[in-house]
Amino acid sequence: MNRIDKLFITKKTGILSVYFTAGYPAPGSTTKIVTALEENGADMIEIGIPFSDPVADGPVIQKSSHRALQNGMSLEVLLNRLSEIRNNVTIPLILMGYFNPVLQFGMEKLCSRLNRIGIDGLIIPDLPPEEYAKKYRNLFRDHNIHNILLVTPQTPDERIRTLDDLSSGFLYLVSASSTTGGKLSMDTGQKAYFSRVAAMGLSNPLMIGFGISDRESLDAAYQYAAGGIIGSAFIRALENRDCAPEENVKIFMNKLR
Amino acid sequence: MNDYQVSRTGYYGEFGGAFIPEMLYANIKELQDSYLDMLEDPGFRETYLDLLRDYSGRPTPLFFAKRLSGQYRTNIYLKREDLNHTGAHKINNAIGQALLAKKLGKRRIVAETGAGQHGVATATVCALMDMKCTVYMGAEDIKRQKPNVGRMKMLGAKVIPVYQGNQTLKDAVNEAMRDWISHPAETHYLLGSVVGPHPYPDLVTRLQAIISEELKGQMKEKTGSEDPGTIIACVGGGSNAAGIFYHYLDHPHVRLIGAEAAGKGIHTNKTAATLLTGRPGVLHGSFSSVMQDDDGQITEPYSISAGLDYPGIGPLHAHLHQTGRAEYYAVTDDEALDAALNLSRKEGIIPALESAHALALLDKLDFPPDEHVVINLSGRGDKDLQTLLQHLENEPD
Repeated sequence: MNRIDKLFITKKTGILSVYFTAGYPAPGSTTKIVTALEENGADMIEIGIPFSDPVADGPVIQKSSHRALQNGMSLEVLLNRLSEIRNNVTIPLILMGYFNPVLQFGMEKLCSRLNRIGIDGLIIPDLPPEEYAKKYRNLFRDHNIHNILLVTPQTPDERIRTLDDLSSGFLYLVSASSTTGGKLSMDTGQKAYFSRVAAMGLSNPLMIGFGISDRESLDAAYQYAAGGIIGSAFIRALENRDCAPEENVKIFMNKLR
Repeated sequence: MNDYQVSRTGYYGEFGGAFIPEMLYANIKELQDSYLDMLEDPGFRETYLDLLRDYSGRPTPLFFAKRLSGQYRTNIYLKREDLNHTGAHKINNAIGQALLAKKLGKRRIVAETGAGQHGVATATVCALMDMKCTVYMGAEDIKRQKPNVGRMKMLGAKVIPVYQGNQTLKDAVNEAMRDWISHPAETHYLLGSVVGPHPYPDLVTRLQAIISEELKGQMKEKTGSEDPGTIIACVGGGSNAAGIFYHYLDHPHVRLIGAEAAGKGIHTNKTAATLLTGRPGVLHGSFSSVMQDDDGQITEPYSISAGLDYPGIGPLHAHLHQTGRAEYYAVTDDEALDAALNLSRKEGIIPALESAHALALLDKLDFPPDEHVVINLSGRGDKDLQTLLQHLENEPD
């Protein structure tokens, strides 16, 4: 069984997923960060494939992607690291990145590599669900890789149902109309949006991301969904050069307790 | 017949599509569903054409360039898009999209700009139509196209410098898209070229098609046939070329030629010739030719011309290139500078550096004496004086 499915079966609420960009802050830090995240209580990890032009990302993730590329990170390098990482880590691992690097690598080749390594899902924000359904759905299924789709405050109910059909593993609920790294407002509009989607009885579990940065916003996410996803705030924590990456992970995760 | 028209799903052959994050889905879908009806609406058409005539000064003249023709021993005509209000073809698209945005109930416009011509055109129509305007411009471009930055400010637009990447057009598009993601409800993204997700390539092409529509009548009047032998235009994203090619796409005997910016040369790493050095990939929402490395990272382009300094190109051009319907050649910085100086001295017209790339092809291609060659003079060179004067100083007298 796919580790993502296993996670959502065994844990229904309070699921914490953490995103960071592979190759950030230093060339050799990826393995240490993933291992430390699991040790310090992350339920799932989203590893970013850096891209030169991340249009859906705010300044923090842009900067981390830029640095990661300078550090020599690429999809090929990342896959080689992941084969080692998977030996030490049992929680679900997801790769998240823009379409072009994946397209150039080759989707079929990628899915089969991911399957061999034991990566559980992919999030490709600029791969349209329609394109996925037409060209790649069977491929993902054959290799037991989940494709996780995004829902936004602008997504009409009917389309949410379509996305729910096409998505597997979970649905990624984008908290607000913004790029990554914003702040959760928890105003009435946002609460209404979360409640509306939560009440739709969708087949996938929901994870809320974008703007989740601390204990308080994480609790808000737990109220409406199976869990929350932290990205930019964690990357900011990794910027601290006074500590080793694994130490920064520990400090950050302790603050979430 | 329909080979060069966009498909219902936004493809020209294998190129195009709408590779956008879900955050932009609602806005893009709204445009996809409504743009054709709006463009074909008689009321829209009338307002658009009235503004092109009374505000922008269309039709732009077709000028027979006698001395240039003598120099190259053929018949050269210049389609004077530089005589549009704001100094380039960009206003054709800006007027159309601003009207469309109003119809969609949008009150705020964001745009990207490279050379500043699209930014100025957008700032202009926003002033005219009382809309809020924010223009993203690479910090490097702000330096090299200063006069246009001043114009945008004068017109009341907010110009936001972009410091990411090479600080040029690609980075400005990234920021404009991020702005749109963050303000989807009240904002329209007034994209300036035939790039981006469907329907932008087709929308912008149709709004620029006025150029070839006029050209047909003007050619008929001047030569007796609406078809010239050859049409030459510069290509960055490719909007002026798409506009002047459009009504000739299905006239196979009209030779269509695009001039890409070679920068320091296509065999150097300082180039912006996307079709000649790129390969298929996804950038800014469409599948087209893209300058990229082996890992699919977009490589930073280079051209002296800010408007052509872009690592992507419209999917229509990728298709025309692949099918051989249009030919694309590369022109270096130096060749473009020489051509700009030549036109200034021969015809008393200072062209934009972008348009100078099209003029430079006259040196590389041979045309028979009885041929009619039309060059799209997409913009005027006022904005480039700083760069042009520098070149002039280095020129031996």
